[in-house]
Amino acid sequence: MTTLTTENLTLGYGDRTIVHGLDLDVPEGRVTAIVGPNGCGKSTLLRGVSRLLRPTNGRVLLDGRDLHQLPTRQVARTMALLPQHPVVPEGITVGELVARGRHPHHGLLRRWTREDDEAVAEALELTGTQDLVSREVAELSGGQRQRVWIALVLAQRTDLLLLDEPTSFLDIAHQVEVLDLVRDLSVHRGTTVVMVLHDLAMAARYADHLVAMRGGRVVAQGSPRQVVTAETVCDVFGITCRVLWQEATGDLSVIPLGRHRPVGHVLGAASSPRLAPELEVS
Amino acid sequence: MTLTTSAGAPAALAVGAVRSARRAAASRPRRVLLGLVLALVGAVLVRTLLGDYTITAADAVRILVGADGVPRGAEFVLMESKLPRALVGVLAGLALGAGGATFQLMARNPLASPDVLGLTMGASAAAVLTLVVLGGSGTAVAVAALLGAAAVALALILLSGGRTGSTAAAPTRMILVGVALSAMLTSVVHWVLLRADVYRAHEAMVWLTGSLAGATWPQIGLLALVVAVALPLLLATSAQLHLVELGDDLAHGVGAPPRPVRARALALVVVLVAATTAVCGPVAFVAFLAGPTARRLLGGRSSIAASALVGAVVVVLADHLAAYAIPEVNLPVGVVTGLVGAPFLLWLLTRERSTS
Repeated sequence: MTTLTTENLTLGYGDRTIVHGLDLDVPEGRVTAIVGPNGCGKSTLLRGVSRLLRPTNGRVLLDGRDLHQLPTRQVARTMALLPQHPVVPEGITVGELVARGRHPHHGLLRRWTREDDEAVAEALELTGTQDLVSREVAELSGGQRQRVWIALVLAQRTDLLLLDEPTSFLDIAHQVEVLDLVRDLSVHRGTTVVMVLHDLAMAARYADHLVAMRGGRVVAQGSPRQVVTAETVCDVFGITCRVLWQEATGDLSVIPLGRHRPVGHVLGAASSPRLAPELEVS
Repeated sequence: MTLTTSAGAPAALAVGAVRSARRAAASRPRRVLLGLVLALVGAVLVRTLLGDYTITAADAVRILVGADGVPRGAEFVLMESKLPRALVGVLAGLALGAGGATFQLMARNPLASPDVLGLTMGASAAAVLTLVVLGGSGTAVAVAALLGAAAVALALILLSGGRTGSTAAAPTRMILVGVALSAMLTSVVHWVLLRADVYRAHEAMVWLTGSLAGATWPQIGLLALVVAVALPLLLATSAQLHLVELGDDLAHGVGAPPRPVRARALALVVVLVAATTAVCGPVAFVAFLAGPTARRLLGGRSSIAASALVGAVVVVLADHLAAYAIPEVNLPVGVVTGLVGAPFLLWLLTRERSTS
C-alpha cells in the first residue's frame, strides 16, 4: 500500500503562484477525482504530486517520505503518471510501446525477463488491447490509443496511478470504457487512483472521493454525495444548477441551468418542472 | 474491458503471445543492422582494394600481418592512402550518423541535425580561426573545434530554451536559432579566409569542404578513441532517449527525467561531431541524411545504431566515388555528400509536407 499526502503544498511557475498551500490526503486504494473550472490549478496540482513540478513551498509525501528526496526509479516503481498529451512515436508496435513502461524495473545490467513479459501481457489484457499487440501505434484510433497509453503505465506495476484528464477527446462510449477500467483497477487490485477530470457528472459517478478546486484552493472534498450539491457547484464553477440524486440507484446528475429554457420547452405547458417521487432536490 | 483474471497472473498463453510479438517486432531491426554491418564491410573492402590501384585481398592480408613478398608500391598505397581514408571514413560516418539521429530524435524533427543546427559550423569556424589566424595545427585545431561546437550547443540551449525553462523547447525555435547561428559563423569563416594569405586560405578551403585525405595516423587514433568511448555511451542512453521521445511528462513518469538525459546526449554528440570535424572538416549532410535513411529502412522507427552504420557506409562509399569517379580528379568527400545531400533534403521536405 502506498500513501500520498501533501503538506502546505504551494506550486507555481516563476513568481506566479497557482496552487496555494494545499493539504491533501489521498485515500488509499480508492479513486480520487480532482474537479474544477479551467485554470483552477487541478492539472498543476497533479504535476506537483507527480514530481513534474518542484513545490515553491511545502512538501509532497510518498509513504511519508519527501517525494523530491527519493530516487527517480524508486518513485517510478511506486507511482505511474499518464500525462494529457503523450507523443505517439513512429514505426513502433503496441507491444513495444507498452514494454517501455518496464523501464523503471530495469537497471544498467538487468535484461528483459519473463516477469517483464508477464507485466506487459497483464497490462494488455486489463486494457483489452491484447489483439493490438503487433499493430503500429500510429495507426490506432483515438480510443484504442488511449487504452494503449493506459496499458503502458499499468506495465509499470505501481500501487499508485495518476491520470491527467484520461477521457478528454474521447467519445462517450470510450469515456465510459476508460473509467470502468479505472474502477476495476481500484476495486480488484486496490490501486490508488488520482485523476483530473473535466466532466463533473463522470467524476461523481466514478470517483470515491472528490476534490473540488477553485483559484488554486480546495473548496470542498469528500464523497460525491457530499461534494456535488447545488451550492458547491455554484461556488466552484459559478453556475446555477440542479442536482438530482436517485436513492434507489445512487445515480447523481448535475443539470446546469443557463439563461435559456430547454429548446422547444414552452413555459407552463407541463406546469412546474415535474420530478419523479423518488428524486429529491438537494 | 473487464478483469478476466482478477487473481492477477495473466494466462501463460497471453505471455507467450506477448513474447512472440516482441521477437517478431525485433526481427526487422536486427536484420537491418546485420545488413548494414555487411554493407559497411563491403564498402570498406571496395575502398581499400579497388580504385586506380587494385590490391588483391591476399596482398592486403600479407601487408597487414607484415609478411614479405608484397610489392613496395602496394604497401605504401594501402597503408598511407587507402586504409587510413577508409578508417577515417568509417569513424566519421559512425560519429556523424549517430549524432544526427540523436538530435533528430531529441527534437522530433528531421531538420534538427548537427549541421543544420550550426554545431558543425561552430567547430569549423573555431578550427579555421585557429588554422589561419593563430597558425595552429593538430591538437590546437581539435581543441578549438571542440570549444566551437560546445559554444554553439550552449548558445542553442540558452537562446531556444524560452522563459519557462522547459527544454522541450519548441524544436522549430531551436532550428531557427541554429540556422541563424550557422549563417553568422559562415560569414566569420568567409571574413577570415578573405584576410588570409592565398596558400593558407586554400588549405583552409579544402578542409572546409570536408576531406578524408589529410588524416594522419595519430589523428585517426584520437578519433577512434573518441568514437570508441562516446558512441557506446550514446547507445546506452538511447533507451532513455526513446522514452523522452514519448513526451517530457511521460518520460518523467517512467523514471527517465528528460533534462539530464538530453544533457548527456547533447554532450556526447558535441564531442563526436567536434572530433570528426577537427579531423576531416565539416562533411556535408551526412549527419542529416543518415537518420531519415535508417528510419526508412526500419519502417519508420528511429535508431541511433542503424543511423551510425548508414553514416559510415555513406561516407566510405562517397569517398570512393570522390576519389575515382572522375579519372585524374581527386575530389574531397564533402563535395560528393553535398551533391547527394542537397536533393535528399528537398525530397525530405516535400515528403514531410505530404505526410503531415
